[in-house]
Amino acid sequence: MSAVRIAPGYRLQWEPAQDCHVLLYPEGMVKLSASAAMILELCDGVRDADAIVAALLQRFPEADLTADVHEFLEVAHERGWLRTV
Amino acid sequence: MSAAGCAPSKPLWLLAELTYACPLQCPYCSNPLDFHRYKDELDTETWKRVLREARAMGAAQLGLSGGEPATRQDLEELVAEARRLGFYTNLITSGIGLDVERIERLREAGLDHIQVSFQGSSEEINDHLAGTEAFRHKQAIARAVKAAGYPMVLCFVLHRDNIDSMDAVLTLASELQADYVELATTQYYGWAWANRDRLLPSREQLQRGEAIAHAWQERMKGRMKIYYVVPDYYETRPKACMNGWGKVFLTIAPDGTALPCHSARELPGLSFPNVREHALDWIWSESPGFRRFRGFDWMKEPCRSCDEKEKDFGGCRCQAYLLTGDAENADPVCDKSPHHDRVLAAIEQAAATPAEKPLVFRNPRNAKRISSTTVHETAPAAPRANDPGQPERSQT
Repeated sequence: MSAVRIAPGYRLQWEPAQDCHVLLYPEGMVKLSASAAMILELCDGVRDADAIVAALLQRFPEADLTADVHEFLEVAHERGWLRTV
Repeated sequence: MSAAGCAPSKPLWLLAELTYACPLQCPYCSNPLDFHRYKDELDTETWKRVLREARAMGAAQLGLSGGEPATRQDLEELVAEARRLGFYTNLITSGIGLDVERIERLREAGLDHIQVSFQGSSEEINDHLAGTEAFRHKQAIARAVKAAGYPMVLCFVLHRDNIDSMDAVLTLASELQADYVELATTQYYGWAWANRDRLLPSREQLQRGEAIAHAWQERMKGRMKIYYVVPDYYETRPKACMNGWGKVFLTIAPDGTALPCHSARELPGLSFPNVREHALDWIWSESPGFRRFRGFDWMKEPCRSCDEKEKDFGGCRCQAYLLTGDAENADPVCDKSPHHDRVLAAIEQAAATPAEKPLVFRNPRNAKRISSTTVHETAPAAPRANDPGQPERSQT
């Protein structure tokens, strides 16, 4: 599998006024849930989907996140938020 | 009870109209018809203060617009400050005033996005509508924007004289390898209002254009995203203008006047505060101009009891004023409005207007002529629209 990163023109950042992470892009903004932000923060151009799951498992050993992560990455790809490296 | 009973939401979008100066003369320009009167532009330091205050209130998107924002020599400095503050910075430009070196300087300053507008698909149409030779330079700039690593966002404002070349427009966009194309049908404010009879396309033209645009959307899926902005004169429900008055969108005009939308300054009986005299927080939360149409309490029927009012906020106040003479009326685009026939009459009037009737180009000479004679009788000046720094697309 290939590594993923946030697509050019998109920026993930914490917004104090919204009290959440947001994804900013040309003339738009999406508010992110805490889990979506956590996954996107791991899309660093080095990790692939499995590595992202592994990193999350280290932080939340109790949860089986595999399906959720894959599903989120698929949606994020469709929306143009992510690029494979 | 007024809507200010509960705390208003904070602005997410700041549109900084840095200047009304522009080398182009587009006859659908959203700037006010009397733009020549506003020569006293804010200086760099005041703009920086505006940026800081808006950012502190939570604004995340910044549109740098005009006029042509590249005519401001401090553009790079303002971009750098905006980026430092955490804004997502959008430059909305004709491309005139940019070159490869300046694009590089803007990139280094942290600019996030450049949107280049085209007036048409060919040198002939483009340069006629722009009132100057610009097409080749725009093509070169669009390529340079892409080469600098930006997503390429092209904007075409469509109207009667160019909508029939929809296929050529999208062919040009695809040749330039655009990532996003905004097909924005002219909205009738400012100069476009003065030229409405000449610019409003027929329903047949629209349907043909729309079918071509939709076919391209299908074909380019995953490669080029095409936004088609539906022209509201042919709709039966109004647009959710600005996502509601004083709700997410804040415009600062070149002279520092703060506006809930870029047309609002021409609404009669309203006065809007200037950032030279007031803090932005007060302007947004407390000033009478920003509270005037906030929420729902100002509404008359049919809006007041309408179950769709939370979806479209009664439409556009400026359009209500321009077409009915009263900004409190429902936007007459809505077919529940008792004034909907005025939109239909506008369509008929445009159909009866010969294509040979000259367009009024946006330039200081015409501005002086119009605003010294007929402006308040026939064409109340109303800046706005056709400048794609619009919040409609923002998801909040």
